[in-house]
Amino acid sequence: MKKQTVSMGMPVIINVIDRGVTEQDFSQVFAYFNYIDNKFSIYKKDSEISKINRKELKEKDLSNDMKTIFSLSQKTKIETNGYFDINTNDFLDPSGIVKGYAILNGAKMLNKKYKNIYLEIAGDIQVFGKDERDQKWKIGIRNPFNKNEIIKVVNLSNKGIATSGTYERGAHIYNHKNKKKADEIASMTVIADNIYDADRFATAAFAMGEKGIEFIATLKGIEGYMIKKDKTAIFTKGFEAFVN
Amino acid sequence: MKKYLQITVVLGAFFLLVFLKQQRADDKDFVPIDSSGIITNPIPNTTSQSAIPTSIPTSSPMMGGSKMMGQYRDGSYTGSVEDAYYGNIQVQAIITGGKITDVIFLQYPNDNKTSRYINGQAMPLLKQEAIQIQSANVSGVSGASATSPAFIASLINALNQAK
Repeated sequence: MKKQTVSMGMPVIINVIDRGVTEQDFSQVFAYFNYIDNKFSIYKKDSEISKINRKELKEKDLSNDMKTIFSLSQKTKIETNGYFDINTNDFLDPSGIVKGYAILNGAKMLNKKYKNIYLEIAGDIQVFGKDERDQKWKIGIRNPFNKNEIIKVVNLSNKGIATSGTYERGAHIYNHKNKKKADEIASMTVIADNIYDADRFATAAFAMGEKGIEFIATLKGIEGYMIKKDKTAIFTKGFEAFVN
Repeated sequence: MKKYLQITVVLGAFFLLVFLKQQRADDKDFVPIDSSGIITNPIPNTTSQSAIPTSIPTSSPMMGGSKMMGQYRDGSYTGSVEDAYYGNIQVQAIITGGKITDVIFLQYPNDNKTSRYINGQAMPLLKQEAIQIQSANVSGVSGASATSPAFIASLINALNQAK
């Protein structure tokens, strides 16, 4: 069963191949995403993160979810040498952590009962098991120069894949290190064992520019495919294992 | 790798400083002169002083006595290393006669450096190809979302600065 909705202002696609999956299973995950949105959306006035940004909440009053996200953000900031930072001039936007975290948790909720799952929020994907043909999930990597095309197909099972890039709106990842928008490369795709790692490292690596792929190469179990503005790609050696 | 580069940069900065000091020793223009025109702090023989570490001096800056003549204490001040991944940015300020007489930039990350790295030791880890349009059936597509939260955050930041 496949369902599509919009949550957190982004398209959500869930596909569960296993028989016996119910509407209730899907609505549970959608409800979870709405819960996350209400807590972490910087666009919602009453969200917890908005209250924190308005200094209406003190540290001791933070929810456990918020504390978790803050500690994951801090960990990621250290792991990426400061390239990933939810704090921009004292304005906290944890979206870069929350998205992958939510996708992974949503997919894990389904994975408790089912084996073959595809869960995507706006181009970031977690897959478990196999697709409807009992093969690994075939995932395309979007052409950063034409959003209607794909330039690569990878075969994934029990993996997360995320892409950071500059489609349509120009550079949109902020390089916290030199306070400039990152725009040296067209896109950075990262494959990891889970979408949470893939997403946060794709964001950080994209912000690093061309050397982002070298950063990915240093991470164990994480592979990357970086597309440069000259339409060439540089990728990690392990990435080839996912390509036919 | 990161630590190795950091060490390289720190060592590089150190040798650069040593080199610079030797240059300064030969350059009479940098002898600090007070308002009366009398040389107050002749530069000491560099051979005995050039091994002073580049860390921030506390009481014995490189120019001998720490006579207060301007806004700053004489000496060589090395800034913190920034962006310590595949390169670093680090500046060093030279204070002479209480004034900043030189700022040295050690800027490591740049495109050429990155390319050299890829062409050199990283090649076994990285590969390169021209991208090609594919026409396979896929279950989904990974791509950057048009409404990236980071983009919005950046915009909010820009607007805040514009206030």
